[in-house]
Amino acid sequence: MAFVELQSPPPPSNALAGAVADVTALAKGLGVTLGYLFSKPVTIQYPEERPRLPARHRGRHELERHANGLEKCVGCELCALACPSKAIFVEGAENPPDAPVSIGERYAKTYLVNMIRCIFCGYCVEACPTEALQLKRVFELADYTRESMIYGKETLLAPAPKREAADSWLPG
Amino acid sequence: MNGIFGLDGRTWDIILAIITASIKAFVIVNGLLLAFAYMTLSERKVLGRMQARYGPNRAGPWGILQPIADGIKLAFKEDVTPRQANRWIHLLAPCLALVPALIIFAVIPLGPEMEVFGVPWTWHVARVNVAYLYAAAIASVGVYGIVLAGWASNSKYALLGGLRASAQVISYELAQGLAAMTAIVMAGSLDLYEIVNQQVASGLPYALYLPFGLVAFVVYVIAGVAEANRAPFDLAEAEGELGAGFHTEYSGFKWSMFFMAEYVNMINISALASVLFLGGWWPIPTDAPGVVQALGPVVFLVKIALFMFMFIWLRATLPRLRFDRLMSLGWKVLLPVALVNLIGTATVVALWPLGTWPFAN
Repeated sequence: MAFVELQSPPPPSNALAGAVADVTALAKGLGVTLGYLFSKPVTIQYPEERPRLPARHRGRHELERHANGLEKCVGCELCALACPSKAIFVEGAENPPDAPVSIGERYAKTYLVNMIRCIFCGYCVEACPTEALQLKRVFELADYTRESMIYGKETLLAPAPKREAADSWLPG
Repeated sequence: MNGIFGLDGRTWDIILAIITASIKAFVIVNGLLLAFAYMTLSERKVLGRMQARYGPNRAGPWGILQPIADGIKLAFKEDVTPRQANRWIHLLAPCLALVPALIIFAVIPLGPEMEVFGVPWTWHVARVNVAYLYAAAIASVGVYGIVLAGWASNSKYALLGGLRASAQVISYELAQGLAAMTAIVMAGSLDLYEIVNQQVASGLPYALYLPFGLVAFVVYVIAGVAEANRAPFDLAEAEGELGAGFHTEYSGFKWSMFFMAEYVNMINISALASVLFLGGWWPIPTDAPGVVQALGPVVFLVKIALFMFMFIWLRATLPRLRFDRLMSLGWKVLLPVALVNLIGTATVVALWPLGTWPFAN
């Protein structure tokens, strides 16, 4: 391994040169702050303005649906298994044959995410074999009670897609 | 006014003078406290903008109600006195810090003496022939507030803060006094009004009397920042290392009195620097017609505002000095420079009598 000697700046040749260097450095610093005084603040005025978060931001969970409205989640519980903080609880059930909830044989009867425990690591998303679980850009999750921080399917499930007029022949 | 209530004209003049002075004192004290309140707001705003953020902008339009909200919060906060503290000195210290800060302004001439509809009018509460001596003396009394606060709190952080404050202020007072002496020697008077008058008459503020005036001005401002315990010389507070320094054990209204004292002291130092080196209401001539003369205080306040901006600007830019560096700057740089500068000024004043300065005009 090659070592590089750390070099301190050469000492000023005399006291006057040192003083001049110090004052120059001082003026430079003051110039920087004065420049920022006339620059535009980077603050986002939060309640009025909201940041456009990056597409892969890891915010609140969402359970996705297929285009025909059926849930992607098949209730396999791999997300609950992958979760390092044990924030997810899934209870699967057989799909009723006449009115299936999801595409496969099984679906998630209960799907709970404890948002107090969640650390937003995204392992659940990676574990999901059907790409049903996504972390979305929703970040305003504060609430007043512990009970309300446990999100069920009614919160997590993506809204059903609007049925176009052309889809009217589809069953359901 | 002769003979009313059996009192002669001379007595009435005295009573009138007392009433006028009381009204002026009332206006100045309240003006200073109002200036303090909005100084805190503008400091937070300017600091914010220098850090690319907005600063307070929620309480009222542009945050102008923020000082009122802060004041209400501080007034209703619990006033804690530590059990181990010396209760009376703990109470006395903030008063001893604030009162001197407020009464220094009595001798500061805001504008030229003038006549309003034939009645003489002055822009200062009192014209004292040793005004600078008064200001310097009262300013050093203010240090006791900080020292006693540190001592009476019976806390090691507060004690260290008070100790630093006393060491710092005492060493910087020397350089500050010597720098002020330069202006005093130039004017040949300790009377602040006379000092301004000399500068306005000569057409040049003392800071532009090269080289001595400028050097003295720079030394005075640096020592002034240290005297006001402001960044980069805020070692008495040093929130990173001493909690909050001398006011660690203070809360509520007593704490806000220290806060007021700090800002009013900044205003005082700005005002004194303007009087001594920037010519007070210069370039408004002292013998101008009344309407022009009335602009004198405006010019003066603009100069104070520029100094206040400088205080904020320095705070936004410079990191805090280490304590030994602070002391060596004061004793090994500022004091010798001020001393040599004073000797040079005195030599020039001795060779060329007052008003015939070779480098003025």
